[in-house]
Amino acid sequence: MERPSGLEEALGALAANPEATLLAGGTDLMVEVNYHSRRPEHVIALRRVEELRQWEGTRLGAGVTFRRIEQGPVRALAQLARTVGSPQIRAAGTIGGNLGTASPAGDSHPFLAACDAHIELQSKRGTRTVLWNEFLVGVKRTSCADDELITAVILPDQLPPRQEFAKIGVRSAMVIATVSACVMVDDDGRARVALGAVGPTVLRARRAEEMINAESVKSEAALAEFGRLVSEEVKPITDHRSTEEYRRHAAGVLSRRLLERCLAA
Amino acid sequence: MKITLFVNGEEREAPVQGPESLLFVLRERLGLLGAKDACLQGECGSCTVLLDGEPVCSCLVMAGDASGSDVRTVEGLGGEGELHPVQAAFVEHGAVQCGFCTPGFLMSTVHLLEHNPTPTADEIREALSGNICRCTGYGAVLRAVESLVGERRS
Repeated sequence: MERPSGLEEALGALAANPEATLLAGGTDLMVEVNYHSRRPEHVIALRRVEELRQWEGTRLGAGVTFRRIEQGPVRALAQLARTVGSPQIRAAGTIGGNLGTASPAGDSHPFLAACDAHIELQSKRGTRTVLWNEFLVGVKRTSCADDELITAVILPDQLPPRQEFAKIGVRSAMVIATVSACVMVDDDGRARVALGAVGPTVLRARRAEEMINAESVKSEAALAEFGRLVSEEVKPITDHRSTEEYRRHAAGVLSRRLLERCLAA
Repeated sequence: MKITLFVNGEEREAPVQGPESLLFVLRERLGLLGAKDACLQGECGSCTVLLDGEPVCSCLVMAGDASGSDVRTVEGLGGEGELHPVQAAFVEHGAVQCGFCTPGFLMSTVHLLEHNPTPTADEIREALSGNICRCTGYGAVLRAVESLVGERRS
């Protein structure tokens, strides 16, 4: 195991050994170790990399834990952090880990999709930033190269002031999302909606957005149509956690409810 | 590899193989059997310890990555023949049934009360939401914690 204490050292270790397994909070990797007998040959532990733990303005270091995000100033980001696992999981788990794991149910993803966040990737070769949907490319698949490290999430300079996140699961703690959603409304009234756990990656319901943004008055009929379009646009599957039918229904209900909360704010 | 931990204020060295967990090292290498080995996926909280002051599931901490850290376990609560106030409250309110989850609940409660001496009922539930009691003894656990808060308020 290598435990670099700085970013340059971490990038050097990764360049020398691109096949290494990266360890952040451990809350996903250790389940693999404990349950699926994963025995990573070479581990680079990132917990001591100070640069990754910085959160300055719109630049959120990949090593920032959900505990800190939960206590942070960004409304929907704090809301989603509060739904991650339990206090024990939030004390360890990081936003970079949540991105690296790239679960379709990743709790931070709907927020990042709704605000069009970028992901910063660094390697010895240089730094690049990619939009969330260029980063999350499939079930547990990202566009991060083997020698690249997820170093930060870059939020837009102006975050929509009205933003709401919610998640459905079987209890209110320690739950992997059945459906999650984030809705934001800009100062000029434009709405965005992103849904998690209803497709291979998080997705934006663009047709629902276009429809509601064309309506100057958000009537009862318009809100109902918004929810219906979200239900139509999502791409859920039936698995051990829920059914396609329920997820479609819940995605529509949740989106409409969050939009109403934003509009009432 | 060899790691050094500061367990309940005492410097301890332990050999570590591969990706084994902090929980495994505490139990099997250091003989501290308080933190329990149960779900091994962070669901149940029975392995909760305070790692550099933060409550974590020790089953999800790779031991090698904890080297140099402070670890507080249930064994460090109280003194010789003397219970920590949180332990005493659990005894007083019968918050222990089979006892398997108790060390985890104790550590979560200690962390809560050290950071928030007068939590609300909701804050107590939130702080303990990562600890599962399969005997479903939650009512007594909550009464035990609330009794400590009540004493502080009055």
